[in-house]
Amino acid sequence: MSEKNDRQVDVKTDPRLIQLSPRDNVLVLRDVIEGGEKICVSGTHVVIKQRIGLGHKLASKAILSDEKVIKYGAPIGSATLDIGVGEHVHIHNIKSNYTPTLSLEEENDSVTQSHA
Amino acid sequence: MPETSINMRGYMRSDGRKGIRNLVVVAYLVECAHHVAREIVQPNREQAHLIGFPGCFPNAYAQRMMEKLCTHPNIGAVLLVSLGCESFNRYQLKKVIEASGRPVSNIVIQREGGTPGSIKAGQKWIAEQITHLQKHVTVPMTIDELSIGTICGGSDGTSGITGNPAVGRAFDKLITEGATCIFEETGELIGCEQIMAERAVTPELGQALIASVKKAASYYEQLGYGSFAAGNAEGGLSTIEEKSMGAYAKSGQSRISGLIKPGDIPGKGGLYLMDVVPDGEVRFGFPNISDNAEIVEMMASGVHMTLFVTGRGSVVGSAISPVIKIAANPEMYERLTEDMDINAGRILRDEATLDEVGNEIFDLVIDIASGTSSKSEQQGHTEFILTYKSFEPLGPACLPV
Repeated sequence: MSEKNDRQVDVKTDPRLIQLSPRDNVLVLRDVIEGGEKICVSGTHVVIKQRIGLGHKLASKAILSDEKVIKYGAPIGSATLDIGVGEHVHIHNIKSNYTPTLSLEEENDSVTQSHA
Repeated sequence: MPETSINMRGYMRSDGRKGIRNLVVVAYLVECAHHVAREIVQPNREQAHLIGFPGCFPNAYAQRMMEKLCTHPNIGAVLLVSLGCESFNRYQLKKVIEASGRPVSNIVIQREGGTPGSIKAGQKWIAEQITHLQKHVTVPMTIDELSIGTICGGSDGTSGITGNPAVGRAFDKLITEGATCIFEETGELIGCEQIMAERAVTPELGQALIASVKKAASYYEQLGYGSFAAGNAEGGLSTIEEKSMGAYAKSGQSRISGLIKPGDIPGKGGLYLMDVVPDGEVRFGFPNISDNAEIVEMMASGVHMTLFVTGRGSVVGSAISPVIKIAANPEMYERLTEDMDINAGRILRDEATLDEVGNEIFDLVIDIASGTSSKSEQQGHTEFILTYKSFEPLGPACLPV
């Protein structure tokens, strides 16, 4: 990972995480974070449960079930479960307010839809 | 006058537009003529590109698309390949091409001695046309004569923070210099309609933009799927709204000058949204079944090339117009370097800024317009797809200036 000296980084947040807009309640990963890593998110120390990939996102603050998930300063869906700080935010805990999201699971080749 | 020092040259066409390539296009007018058309193209794949429409039932949209594509500024001559009994109106298509001043011939397989006779006659015609096209003289061309499209395909969580906003910067610069820029896929702007409407040059156009996205949302809702592929989720995107916000960044910051439908050619420079979702009830299935359908529709509206942002790693190119591939994801760029023209993933690693990558895209647009081959051209990609749709004409608010 390169140095981040020319970028405004919150000292209390891991430099691999970017906030796209001040209103957001999620942060985007610009590099992989491995399961078991202890990182700092908005001043809170959290242990990452499972590997989270580049381009994925995690919660920068606690998000309650049914609360809007905000990225780019805009709502990108609603939480389907309570989400804690530092937890992976994805199709297992948020849903679209428009149409369901399609995903494929490699292990059993099944296709699932999370319902809107 | 454009401030950038450039040395572009183009091929002058009778409608005043200029081409950045001078190709023969071979068009099959039903799937039954596909094999013969492909064999005709085979010996001259670089100078002759294959396009076609597979259906035997007539369709006004497909007819219009083929008329616009066969008279695209990058095309210098056209060979139509018919089986002979299909419903496609080859007579009208041929008339439109003739009126554009381009050489055109129609091989009808049922009259030309079947497969071998048609292939032989077609290959002979193509060879003659290529010889003629090589004698064409180019004329100077400026940035305000360029038309550029953009799409994103195989998006992931990096697309919306690197490649797409970098294309937005390049678009802003192109529009400042008078170029025509087109972005599209209203089904991937769901959730962005209000902020987008504020950029319209008139309030009426703003309302038309909102209506086009609502139409897309309702269309996709009836189909039961959003414009969202399984790989988008694997790449970190969770919902269509999230994908949309990232896709929207491709449009940059310029005012939106108009809303067009496939085949409408903007009369002057500026930024245009293309409404790709059919009008009326859901009839022919998914609006665009894969990325190339969108490229084809933007070419029908005159784009000279397409800026294609990809996070997961699409490798496609296109018949007729070059495709510039912009890698949003630095990990993917390392795996697919030979398919990618620009590495916007450097932004994530602090190795480049959005402005730097935007300028790099702008410079590459000029290079490709000046004759340099894009990676997909070098790899021989000439994908093409055209399916059934139906559209109503544009409303009065759509092109205010």
